[in-house]
Amino acid sequence: MAVKDYIRKRFFPHIWCPGCGHGTVMNAMIRAIENLGLEKNIIAVVSGIGCSARINGYLDFHTLHTLHGRALAFATGVKLSRPELTVVVPMGDGDACAIGGNHFIHAARRNIDITAIIMNNSIYGMTGGQYSPLTGYDDFATTAPFGNIDPSFDVVKLATGAGASFVARTTTYHVTSTIKILEKAITHKGFSVVEILSQCPTQFGRRNKIPSVVDMLNSYKTDTTPIGSKEKEKNPDLMERGIFIQEDRPEYCTEYDKVIERASKGR
Amino acid sequence: MKKDVVFVQGNEACVRGALYAGLDFFAGYPITPSTEIAELLSRRLPAKRGKFIQMEDEISSMCAIVGASLTGKKVMTATSGPGFSLKQEALGFAVMTETPCVIVDVQRGGPSTGLPTSVSQGDVMQARWGTHGDHAVIALTASNSQDVFAITVEAFNLAETFRTPVILLLDEVVGHTRERLVEPKAGEIDVVERLKTSVPEGTDYHPYLPREDGRLPMSDFGGVHRHHVTGLAHDMWGFPSNKPDVVYGLMHHLIDKIEGHVNEITRVKEFFVDDAECLLISYGSAARTTRHVVENRRARGEKLGLLELQTLWPFPADLVRERCASANHIIVVEMNMGQILGEVKKVVKNPDGVFLANRIDGGFITPADVLNIIRITQGKGV
Repeated sequence: MAVKDYIRKRFFPHIWCPGCGHGTVMNAMIRAIENLGLEKNIIAVVSGIGCSARINGYLDFHTLHTLHGRALAFATGVKLSRPELTVVVPMGDGDACAIGGNHFIHAARRNIDITAIIMNNSIYGMTGGQYSPLTGYDDFATTAPFGNIDPSFDVVKLATGAGASFVARTTTYHVTSTIKILEKAITHKGFSVVEILSQCPTQFGRRNKIPSVVDMLNSYKTDTTPIGSKEKEKNPDLMERGIFIQEDRPEYCTEYDKVIERASKGR
Repeated sequence: MKKDVVFVQGNEACVRGALYAGLDFFAGYPITPSTEIAELLSRRLPAKRGKFIQMEDEISSMCAIVGASLTGKKVMTATSGPGFSLKQEALGFAVMTETPCVIVDVQRGGPSTGLPTSVSQGDVMQARWGTHGDHAVIALTASNSQDVFAITVEAFNLAETFRTPVILLLDEVVGHTRERLVEPKAGEIDVVERLKTSVPEGTDYHPYLPREDGRLPMSDFGGVHRHHVTGLAHDMWGFPSNKPDVVYGLMHHLIDKIEGHVNEITRVKEFFVDDAECLLISYGSAARTTRHVVENRRARGEKLGLLELQTLWPFPADLVRERCASANHIIVVEMNMGQILGEVKKVVKNPDGVFLANRIDGGFITPADVLNIIRITQGKGV
């Protein structure tokens, strides 16, 4: 199938601003699914609220657009009651790390077979540019007019600490590797976290003196480096990208099957 | 024929009723006085290949059951006041997306942490208006284990029939009183199954286009119809719309499908109502005390009657007005500051003739509490 066969064409053009990275993420997600040859009927995409959450309205899968921060909780219900489905959850800064932070760490802890895509744009875009838990120190936002004093979460460390069995980071500049990483994340049996740095020129770039999309994308190229590269030794400020964790660990739905087996034996 | 008699708490009667109705999936979080429901289902559900999950909080429990319902499963969660507050946003999502589910609230004293182990009926209005925005909702209650079993089955049936969340308002006394339950045999109580679409693959399926009878057949996530479910105002396809005519139609559909079927949804029990000069209206565990008073006084020739409500929302206004028409006095007996009293006053001809017998201190309402008010209506003073 071609990419166009995975989208609901009648809803285009999409709502994202010119230069937004979320379309790139959607494209990479579709290509990963296409490369894996997955049936459309076995895919459920569950999203929360915000720019990132609108991704699933454009996708021709079973799509559930839920509440702010609660996507993983709804997705847990979908997955546990129907484990044969491939469940993908695209989230933004708030969905994954603020209002939905609790569900994020607990889904990771359970290691339930869901792929969480965190589109990190360092800002609350849809509400007009307020700082998020992924906004950097000293960055500007409509609610941080004098500079942000909140330290930000490191999504990779957070997911790793919470017990996710697949953790990766990539950017919208590195599209080819993003597709490959998403393929591995979706195939991985367990909770997979893929953080994708995704530029928001309208709400973040404008307020932080990088209004050009090209500059923002270039910064993803210059400010990141593959895991374990020599560049990192020279410049410790570089952000590493690639697959950090990929481990086989007991998956929640499979574990629950054991509970069913024990219960049916009356134990 | 040997009867299936068990000696159980109301919470267990609720569990047994839910399993009878076909419960497949439960998500919950521990909270007194509802915890026994989760404990029992953690054992009973996997034994029938169902799923039980203890979620990280009350909010996620509500979200998880909605997600599971969309895959075609019958679902339930159970909580008490504080947890019920936390579930309200997701309950509204179930209203908006027309997702069948059952939410049990075993009421305890509030507000806030209040009286975790004491009885109350303070969540009646929270059940009605807890989630934001105009909406209609179904809330049921019962006063003993036998009725809890039957009303739980009803809750599932109404959730499926009207594609809506149904709130089961139990209370601490009903939930924890251990008493006799004659377990109905399979087939004894009707069970409504999920209405699924007959639209074949390849033909357009409209998830929010009502049939002629007003019902909306569903298609499971994972089935052949890939549709969109959103909490945004949406059209018959399920896709977001802010067109005034679409939103108007949606709002009216959501409210009318329930408010327009009050008679079908109403469940009451009547004791000596026909010739009652003093009619007592009660529900839940308070109705046990009230029934005791009514039966005792009847034996002495006093014309008391009891109208026990099992459907609180939508409020059975016409029925209450009609039953109250010939009584001289109406007394509403409830363990709150008059949450149903206000509804009764709204519908009767003489609101000044409606009195409240209540208790809000965590103690279970006693016959004396009710008799004191009856004496006042009889002009005897306390």
